Amino acid sequence: MRQRGWFRGAMLALGLAFLYVPILSMIVFSFNNSRLVTVWDRDNSPTLRWYVRLLENDQLLGAAWISIKVAAMSACGAVILGTLAGVVLTRFGPFRGRAFLSAMTTAPLVMPEIITGIAMLLLFVALEQAIGWPSGRGMSTITIAHITFAMAYVTVIVQSRLAGFDDSLEEAALDLGAKPATVFFRITLPLIAPALVSGWLLAFTLSWDDVVIAQFVSGPGSSTLPMEIFSRVRRGVSPDINALATLMVLVVAVGVVLSTLYMRREEQRRSREERMAHNDGNP
Amino acid sequence: MAERVVDRHNEYLRIEGVSKRFGDFVAVDNVSLSIYKGEIFCLLGGSGCGKTTLLRMLAGFETPSSGRILIDGQDMAGIPPYERPVNMMFQSYALFPHMTVMQNVAFGLEQEGIDKNDIRRRVDDMLGIVKLGDFAKRKPHQLSGGQRQRVALARALVKKPKLLLLDEPLGALDKKLREHTQFELINLQEQLGVTFVVVTHDQEEAMTLASRIGVMNKGQIVQVGTPTDIYEFPNSRFVADFIGSVNMFEGKLIEDEPAHVRIGCPELETTVFVSHGISAPPEAPVTVAIRPEKIEMSRSAPVSGENHVTGVVKEIAYMGDMSIYLVRLSSGRLVRVTIPNVERHDERIVWDETVHLSWHPSSPVVLIQ
Amino acid sequence: MYRSLLSTVKNWTQPRSLVIGVPYLWLLAFFAIPFVIVLKISFSWMQPIQPGYAPLIEWVEETRRLVVSFNFDNYQVLLRESLYVETFLYSVKVAAVSTFWCLLIGYPMAYAIARSKPSTRNLLLMLIILPFWTSFLLRVYAWVGLLKTNGVINNTLLALGLIDQPLTLLYSDFAVYIGIVYSYLPFMILPLYSNLEKHDLTLLEAAADLGARPVKAFMKVTLPLSMPGIVAGCLLVFIPAVGEFVIPSLLGRTDQLMIGTVLSAQFFGARNWPVAGAVAIVLLLVLLLPILLFQRHQRRELEAVRR
Repeated sequence: MRQRGWFRGAMLALGLAFLYVPILSMIVFSFNNSRLVTVWDRDNSPTLRWYVRLLENDQLLGAAWISIKVAAMSACGAVILGTLAGVVLTRFGPFRGRAFLSAMTTAPLVMPEIITGIAMLLLFVALEQAIGWPSGRGMSTITIAHITFAMAYVTVIVQSRLAGFDDSLEEAALDLGAKPATVFFRITLPLIAPALVSGWLLAFTLSWDDVVIAQFVSGPGSSTLPMEIFSRVRRGVSPDINALATLMVLVVAVGVVLSTLYMRREEQRRSREERMAHNDGNP
Repeated sequence: MAERVVDRHNEYLRIEGVSKRFGDFVAVDNVSLSIYKGEIFCLLGGSGCGKTTLLRMLAGFETPSSGRILIDGQDMAGIPPYERPVNMMFQSYALFPHMTVMQNVAFGLEQEGIDKNDIRRRVDDMLGIVKLGDFAKRKPHQLSGGQRQRVALARALVKKPKLLLLDEPLGALDKKLREHTQFELINLQEQLGVTFVVVTHDQEEAMTLASRIGVMNKGQIVQVGTPTDIYEFPNSRFVADFIGSVNMFEGKLIEDEPAHVRIGCPELETTVFVSHGISAPPEAPVTVAIRPEKIEMSRSAPVSGENHVTGVVKEIAYMGDMSIYLVRLSSGRLVRVTIPNVERHDERIVWDETVHLSWHPSSPVVLIQ
Repeated sequence: MYRSLLSTVKNWTQPRSLVIGVPYLWLLAFFAIPFVIVLKISFSWMQPIQPGYAPLIEWVEETRRLVVSFNFDNYQVLLRESLYVETFLYSVKVAAVSTFWCLLIGYPMAYAIARSKPSTRNLLLMLIILPFWTSFLLRVYAWVGLLKTNGVINNTLLALGLIDQPLTLLYSDFAVYIGIVYSYLPFMILPLYSNLEKHDLTLLEAAADLGARPVKAFMKVTLPLSMPGIVAGCLLVFIPAVGEFVIPSLLGRTDQLMIGTVLSAQFFGARNWPVAGAVAIVLLLVLLLPILLFQRHQRRELEAVRR
């Protein structure tokens, strides 16, 4: 028993090391003075020069700004459409074409991005030929593409959240005289709110992170941050990208740690209250 | 089990030939039923008997495949749940987890567009009635099971429904609390005068709560009556067997008089004399049902030779307040007898003793299939 | 329940179809129809002018005829030129090998997390998910710095005196495997974890009670029960890995491309959209079975939650 525990611990430690060593090495070398990136310049490091360089790089900052805008819009669109799809699939029962809708919402989860990218581009080209919209490609086409593939993730999250609580809550609201729309806004929506938050964040991240689809459906002047990074790192390692990576990891890590701590505290508070209710509650 | 008086002239809910089919499956099969104002009517049956489907049709969550439902004379066809003068207490209580007790109870009134102060007053009153005044600001997860049940009740009752539907109202409570709550529920119903329709699978619950019980089986109502009717005069093998325990013997009608009948039961090795008439063709196969507590057991033979057999005690189950005996007749048939434990210990009948079983001629119920 | 109710509430028919219609039409327009267009283009003739392909069906005014011109050559090219066949096989091989390693590394990790104390469990899960929230591109890029000839790994090994010559790690099959395993590991661990976490531990106690040693109990009880998790995890890694584009372009060999790279090259380099369309369609057909398997799994998972 003891031995197996040890084995498990070792596997876990090795696995986590595998996941984190590359990230840590990027962080460390972002403070390296040497241009050679992976050779530590003992005399002049640590330094913040790459961070300074990064902040002076208007091209990267501009791309980052485009990415933020695209990601925020995509996340909002994906949450709205994904929530509708999730509610329709879990609560609306049988309707014609339900299986097809269900297939269309899960397919993007595993579809290789390159296929989605090509299909999207060809659609936009064909549309432009046929109706003149979208004239050329840019932020709007990237946003549409990102909404489409991110909404699949939101749908799954909303679906599993809805499946987790039983529909008698909604029935009770109807029974108490609430019309279906009221039920949706006062009961369903508050209950799935946590799923919407995580769905939004996930959709934002997916969009913020995507390079393949964006490459296909972007146009001149609408390069997103990942596209900029990709074209740079294809040419080789560059130290300011290390600095950029460090900043991004930092933001994400702080966010994830804070939200985990918050959720943990909420959970503890809740279980304490439940215990108390059980002890003092019985008449 | 006090029999409550029901005003039979005041029909309140009328179910006319209602059926519900899900594909090929018939969940509710041509049910007709009248429920009177101010009564507690229990739909009693095992799982899958259609009782919950029937309740859901009253609430408007399911549409009858055929038949009509009238509440206070108004046809409910096409009326969505949120416009019905009916409220439901769900088995899971279905309390909104993101709202406080007060918000839960107020929710239904808010939908009616009532003045805020009125809502507040009515919610406060109702919380007072269910003794939850001090818990108004709590959320459902901060309440015990019994308190949650009362919130669910208050939330449904505050709307002053014409009909309150209760789906297994006590099912989620533990045994002790259940007994206590049963009487609270009856008091509340008498206090507010709301008509209750209760769905339950628990016969004890139905017996205590109900003014009348409708026993359901395979989508049909098999018997409707007061708890006493159902227990003492079951009209079918199913009902006799479903409610309480019973000894049933196959037999044939051999003597059919207006005031008494005599039935031959090969398993009992005797004829059963019943002191009331029945209506069945001669020689018809019938079943004689005798409740275990209506059989007397003694070491000595009874005075009357009628309705009397002998057997050997094979099993004894001591239940505290009473004991269950299984007595084997020479035909091999086991008869179940319950005896209240009033004697001193050493006088009790023990294993392998030969005993005389007898019963009063009014006790057997003759069931005709 | 709610659903049968909804179908009966007559006056809700209008909003109901509106609510269904919005996501439906969106996915139809931006997900389903694009594939039809790809299919169409894969049968067209290439055309030097915009939009890069000739129409399948055309009304020719001079001859007053409706001309339907299908071009099957795009698909024949794929068979004729060994480049395509090899690339497809190589991509499937890379994806399969990477999936295998992912499972080998991910299973013990998922198992260890599922069997750890509930308090540490959330922390460990957070550690698994955290890299997923950081840029995929940058995480792949990090391996360039590690695997380069003068990268961190080679420098460390040289400094320790374990090797005399730097090893060629980057731009190899090995580097692609590492890149895929690294990027997709959370996708393997999470479905495995959510399966393993649900296991009833008394089953193992029952197996032990019936005389099974721990290894045997694992093989006969835990492993078969975790099959749905294994299948889901493997599909989540394998399917996108076949069409992977970023990882092979940053870490992969230059003499043997993966299908994603070829596709992209046909599209942007050779600008031969019909052939690119045919490649995409064939890739989709290759992945159709795994995708359908995954969808079945997804459906079952949801039904299990709902019971």
